[in-house]
Amino acid sequence: MKYITEFRQKDVSANLARAIAQEVQPDRTYRIMEFCGGHTHAIFRYGVQDLMPANFEFIHGPGCPVCVLPIRRLDDAIELAENHDVILCSYGDMMRVPGTKQNSLLKAKARGADVRMVYSTLDALKIAADNPTKQVVFFAIGFETTTPPTAVAVKKAKEAGLSNFSVFSNHVLTPAAVGAILDTPGTPDEPPVELDGFLGPSHVSTIIGTRPYEAAAQTYKKPVVITGFEPLDVMMAALMIVRQINEGRHEVENQYTRVVTADGNKKAQALVAEVFELRDSFEWRGLGQIPNSALKLRDSFADFDAEKRFDIAPKQSREVKSCECPAILRGTKGPLDCKLFGKTCTPETPYGSCMVSSEGACAAYYSYGRFRADQSEGKVA
Amino acid sequence: MTGKTNKACIEMAHGGGGRTMDRLITDIFRKHLDNEYLSQANDGALLPKTSGRLVMATDGHVISPLFFPGGNIGSLAIHGTVNDVAMMGATPLYISASFILEEGFPLDDLEEIVRSMGDAARQANVSVVTGDTKVVEKGKGDGVFISTTGVGVIEDGLAIGGDKAVPGQAILINGTVGDHGVAILSKRENLEFETEIVSDSAALNGLVSDMLAAAPSISVLRDPTRGGLAATLNEIAGQSGVGMLIEEEKIPLKPAVSGACELLGLDPLNIANEGKLVCICNAEDADKLLSVMHAHPLGKEASIIGKVTQDPNNMVRMTTMFGGTRMIDWLAGEQLPRIC
Repeated sequence: MKYITEFRQKDVSANLARAIAQEVQPDRTYRIMEFCGGHTHAIFRYGVQDLMPANFEFIHGPGCPVCVLPIRRLDDAIELAENHDVILCSYGDMMRVPGTKQNSLLKAKARGADVRMVYSTLDALKIAADNPTKQVVFFAIGFETTTPPTAVAVKKAKEAGLSNFSVFSNHVLTPAAVGAILDTPGTPDEPPVELDGFLGPSHVSTIIGTRPYEAAAQTYKKPVVITGFEPLDVMMAALMIVRQINEGRHEVENQYTRVVTADGNKKAQALVAEVFELRDSFEWRGLGQIPNSALKLRDSFADFDAEKRFDIAPKQSREVKSCECPAILRGTKGPLDCKLFGKTCTPETPYGSCMVSSEGACAAYYSYGRFRADQSEGKVA
Repeated sequence: MTGKTNKACIEMAHGGGGRTMDRLITDIFRKHLDNEYLSQANDGALLPKTSGRLVMATDGHVISPLFFPGGNIGSLAIHGTVNDVAMMGATPLYISASFILEEGFPLDDLEEIVRSMGDAARQANVSVVTGDTKVVEKGKGDGVFISTTGVGVIEDGLAIGGDKAVPGQAILINGTVGDHGVAILSKRENLEFETEIVSDSAALNGLVSDMLAAAPSISVLRDPTRGGLAATLNEIAGQSGVGMLIEEEKIPLKPAVSGACELLGLDPLNIANEGKLVCICNAEDADKLLSVMHAHPLGKEASIIGKVTQDPNNMVRMTTMFGGTRMIDWLAGEQLPRIC
């Protein structure tokens, strides 16, 4: 796998670290939000922050699809699995995320609900084809990267006349979130997040291209550098964003040119447009209702829409009060600011989605970076 | 594993205590596992006197799929149990095996499993001395489950245990990590992918014996099975009340395993092994042990991967290939069910 090692080379990282250290201005800070959980994990897993100057700070963004799913939608999925006699198919990450009162799909499964972990939408389709007497619901979550596979499944289900397959769509859109983060007003307890720029999504951008971020970059005057998930990508992008900030530019730049183009994958975009349409508004965990930020199935595919097929009961969903996931997703707090972190909330007993997902900031911090807290504060995390 | 209709299969009578069961025992179990103790054919095996302290370890095997590249549940059951006994520094001698068979399981497959069990036992120089067979109705099992118990003797003077690591000692591993887990994954029904990776399933008692001859003062031996190297290092750090510092570039890893893990979003350090051991020894013994390991077929890629440190929080840290530092943590939750 030469492709992997090439982007993790120690000597190259040392050169980049030197370049960044030389170019940062000592009298200011650089507060950069890495949008994606994939970036967050690369930063922690490879120890990227050890190579960055002290005045460059990574702020962890909301780009973790499991994390931003509002608790009500998860409660709905648990209801579908338990009360509607369906086979609920979900990506693995979703299984352990706590819903209201720490309920989860995994707990529903243990109680007897038929919840199955799938790696691909086509696995869910196969389960539907193999179980013609059961309704099969695919719990669709994710940003623009996972939407095309869901669209493929819906189209295939229609072509095959699979009347027992439907999709519970929670697909969300990245560019809308960038604006929402910067628009979120502060409170006396929680001042608004101060950011100097964004490391933009990598895989999402392979689908949508770099253009959709231009409006946000111009409106908010914040540079955006689209970057890959390898540690050298992140460092190269950090250097590019430092240069933009130093030169007073706020452009959308593309570090991830080996995969991402300005226009993205038009075929995938067309597929998504054929099957999905914009929702007027959708709730994001931590960011609240964001207009035009999510997708639902078009009327022409209404037969495959689980929200139309099943009568999902309205419910009073509640977050754990002291869980700081919402603030962490807004970038205003870090994992260590949460009273539950590492004590009651651990990957084994998560209180919030950020501790569960392999892309969540708390999970990254807990699994890879916990020792830093011990070093700096001399306490056991 | 559901056989074709014309294939001979396990029936409820195979566990019923009658002639059908007797024939199963004779035709399959005794045929492939026989030794002077098993052929006593009593309720228990009468074993000869031994001197020294005894070590006993038990293991249940529920792996899916039953047959995988590099072995099957039968060879795995022997290797797993032999290794648990060997990790105490003991010489494994006897194994018991209890089979839970599902009605409808093809007899050919069962024979193949028992045959590899016999081969594995002979290679590891242990005897399956007693056993049991039960049959459950179709749908109440998953082909075959095997429970094994191993007994061995340990020489006086050895003091090996997870609580014996002290700061300054060296940490070694006998070869590449993650092979078993990735080999199993590649054959999972919903995940099949092409890979040349075969399980590392192997009995490690021969290697351990060579290592102990060279360095009887070895402090810790442990096989990083479920939870992978990460779990094993954290277990030892916790038991011994120490920290560890590992160097990522020293951990042997096959490119194909690395590639599969990248693709599936898994960390090879969390992936199960069935033919690996972690050894912690005094720093001055490390090079000598390494060359002993290199000379053994199961230690050709052995490596000194790090050292034991002082750390009141018992954290396992790793300097990454990239030049940074991170923790190696326990695996959270269940990554790959039924891996052994």
